[in-house]
Amino acid sequence: MSAVSLVTVAPEHAQPRRAHWFRQASLMAGLAIIAIVLFMVIAAPLLTSYNPDLQNLNVTLQGPSAHHLLGTDQLGRDTWTRLLYGGRVDLQVAFIAVLFPFVLGTGLGSLAGYFGGWVDMAIMRLVDIVVAFPFYVLIIALVFVLGPGERSIYIAITVVGWVSYARIIRGEILVAKRQEYVLAAQSGGLSNLRIMGRHLLPNVVTQAIIYAMSDIVQDILAIVTLSYLGLGIQPPQPDWGTMIADGQNFLTTHWELTTIPGLAVVVVGLGLSLIGDGLADLLRPGQS
Amino acid sequence: MGRMSFVFRRLLLLVPVAVGVTIIVFFMVHLIPGDPARTILGVHATPQRIAILHRQWGLNRPLLSQYWLFIDRLFHGNLGQSLIYGQSAASLISGRLPATLWLIIYSAVLAIIISVPLAMIAASRKDGVRDHLVRVVPLLGLGMPPFWVGLLLQLGLALSLHIFPVTGYGVGVGGHLRSMFLPSLTVAIALSPVVIRSLRASMLGVLGADYITTARSKGIPGRRLFVRHVLRNAVIPAVTVLGINIGFLIGGTLIVENVFAVPGIGQLMIESIFQRDFPVVQGITLVFGVLVVLVNLLTDITYASLDPRVRFDR
Amino acid sequence: MTGPVAGGSVVGGPVLGGSVLGGSGPVLEVRDLHVEIATRRGVVRAVDGVSIDVPRGEAVGLVGESGSGKSMTLRAILGILPPEARVTAGQVLLDGTDMVPLPTSALNRIRGPKLAMIFQEPMSALNPVMRVGWQIAEGPRVHLGLSRSKAAERAVELMRRVGIPDPERRFRAYPHEFSGGMRQRVMIAIALSCEPEVILCDEPTTALDVTIQDQILRLLSGLCRESGVSLLFVTHDLPVVAELCQYLAVMYGGEIVEQGPVAEVFAQPMHPYTLGLLRSAPDVEEVRSSLVPIPGSPPSLITPPPGCRFHPRCGFAEADCQVEPPPLRLLTGGRATACLHYERCEESLEAEEAAR
Repeated sequence: MSAVSLVTVAPEHAQPRRAHWFRQASLMAGLAIIAIVLFMVIAAPLLTSYNPDLQNLNVTLQGPSAHHLLGTDQLGRDTWTRLLYGGRVDLQVAFIAVLFPFVLGTGLGSLAGYFGGWVDMAIMRLVDIVVAFPFYVLIIALVFVLGPGERSIYIAITVVGWVSYARIIRGEILVAKRQEYVLAAQSGGLSNLRIMGRHLLPNVVTQAIIYAMSDIVQDILAIVTLSYLGLGIQPPQPDWGTMIADGQNFLTTHWELTTIPGLAVVVVGLGLSLIGDGLADLLRPGQS
Repeated sequence: MGRMSFVFRRLLLLVPVAVGVTIIVFFMVHLIPGDPARTILGVHATPQRIAILHRQWGLNRPLLSQYWLFIDRLFHGNLGQSLIYGQSAASLISGRLPATLWLIIYSAVLAIIISVPLAMIAASRKDGVRDHLVRVVPLLGLGMPPFWVGLLLQLGLALSLHIFPVTGYGVGVGGHLRSMFLPSLTVAIALSPVVIRSLRASMLGVLGADYITTARSKGIPGRRLFVRHVLRNAVIPAVTVLGINIGFLIGGTLIVENVFAVPGIGQLMIESIFQRDFPVVQGITLVFGVLVVLVNLLTDITYASLDPRVRFDR
Repeated sequence: MTGPVAGGSVVGGPVLGGSVLGGSGPVLEVRDLHVEIATRRGVVRAVDGVSIDVPRGEAVGLVGESGSGKSMTLRAILGILPPEARVTAGQVLLDGTDMVPLPTSALNRIRGPKLAMIFQEPMSALNPVMRVGWQIAEGPRVHLGLSRSKAAERAVELMRRVGIPDPERRFRAYPHEFSGGMRQRVMIAIALSCEPEVILCDEPTTALDVTIQDQILRLLSGLCRESGVSLLFVTHDLPVVAELCQYLAVMYGGEIVEQGPVAEVFAQPMHPYTLGLLRSAPDVEEVRSSLVPIPGSPPSLITPPPGCRFHPRCGFAEADCQVEPPPLRLLTGGRATACLHYERCEESLEAEEAAR
């Protein structure tokens, strides 16, 4: 997801200092935020008694009250409930969706970096081609072609998102493969696959994990945007994007319907970004 | 001259990418299982429309010749026929292109206006209070869905305060500037977090450079030092950063056009998606791809003209 | 500094040049300069009470290992310390005016016309996107108010003077088009551009090839003689000092440990550190029989050793060396030393001579 520009620096292969990770302010703040959000979302049935799809046309467009913590929408559905259950769907899809590009990108990037030569060239050409399309354009086009819904989201995100991981991992491997322990393994007669898998990857994958944090944020944004446009999570499944779209018609009168789901996205994004920054600081001491 | 051959070499490198772009766009059709025409048209499938598509794409021919057909038509400026409007997709798209171009340029300008001062403020005193404040911006900004920001801006500045029109393109240059301000601001806000981060880093790099110490030791006063030495060097990585993110900027216009009902190709694309007007969707995807490639070329050329070291490499 | 000690007066005022040669006073006087750097591990006393004088038209060498504080001294003089460092005490008198309390605007008027500096890494020290000629012309335009064409003419003249061939054409070149030696010549041209009285040199030849080093040194000493500009030349390389400078000061652990005319210091060092440097340097005139590096490592500048900072590495150290930091004492003939037992150096040299 090329929204985050990749300013990669020569890695210092320090292992994460387990003793200090809890001292990292941003990391802890981020983890706290995400923990709270995840708890609320997972414990949704405990926190609300309503069903997110339950319509009650007697109580449409009400403000916050004792019965409805955040009010209701135009079909009388409880906003708080939809927020929680929508979060379930969005976060679940996002967290799963990030895995496929991660694996695919890491795999292709390792091949490109390790073997070099025409393998590298071919994969990098592929990267250039994918990157030539604006992120959203390609995603929307793919979802269009594949039909809306969760499955298309996964496929589209995978096809477009592997690129960043490939670049990162390739860069890391290009540096790492000159290290002595790799030369030692090679002269020890280990197979390429084993070297890549057991020796190189564990060291370089940390950069990809850091990037994955911001990638999840991008995925959430993509899912929410697609749903807003009507191409993503389909109703009646609750989802923050759809909520924003629904609320758009009442922007002047009941702006909370649009604002609140967006704020939820911002909060989650903040938490994940903090985690990503915290991890980055942790693994590259002295850099900000 | 160095610069001419540089541009030429860059153009050459673009050819495989351009080819790849066309291949992907072409293959969009064939990703679909079954009869692509029927599936694309979905609910809107009528025998006539299916027949039109079959003819346009030559679906009964072997794949390679389909591709040649596609490329051949492309070179003649033929992007296919819109299923809904009955006119050529190319003319539809070119009619809508100006609004999108306006949006792209306006957004880029606003993004620079927002990001550069903030990055400068942050870099001027590293780890100071202002630096930390500025660095909070990306944390929040990266999590804001662009369309949501757009809606809020609409709410605040258009619907409530009536400073700007809610939607539309406006008439004449002045009208465009007013109507397009909020949409462009939205895209600029979406882009800023990333640009600020990178600009700050590159400015810190320049500020700490040895030649700045030399300039100080020459007794160059503050303002001249800043403009001739710091800025002149910081601009170079800034151009690179903007170039890297241009894809995101262009993609952002897609969403924003929908929120603000700007009659550009982004809005056309969404409309066409819902109307299952596949040739138009395909055509627009291609145009977007070409736009990004062109802008990247422009960035490379600008970069080369700013940095004298580049022309002598390779 | 402690009070007077028998056997010489304590240094606090002019040491070199002026009082010895009897000419006009020194153009640059550094008095008891202290520079501290704030780091995460504590306060580093990078420059701890340094006094140097630079006489008019002479070249003074400032010698020491890396980390001894020599570069910091130069930067403190010019006022271009990094943000974490500050001058905490002392004076820097240029033609009698103390520069330390001056605001940046006043300092900017001095830098260039009165005081200039050349740096170690000419590649990174030159603005990569600005044509070389204009970088040289910038000083005269800003400080002397010259027009573009006049400043350009002057730059071409300077380029010729420092030995850059084909200056009219090379004016429009960029730094990366020059070799290391040529870039250093450009730096020298920049330094000369406003005809300063003193040029501070921060190891300008260290990053250069030996043959090029030679050329640059000859250029510098030529300029020194012709135009009467003074040099304060920082280096860790003794043979360079021998070739270029009339006086030298030896720095260790942020302090000056010995001063004097170059020939005399080389022939008769009066501090064990200087003796050690001479022994470990090849090619010096008085070549010793074998190269002997100084054992041990530089002292911590956050918590320096008690007493004389060199005593942990000193072959002649005695009990009194660890008690109090010995002051720099002025001896006859413009010599000064901070060693309580400096006679040992002479004894050691004589013993070596006798053994041969």
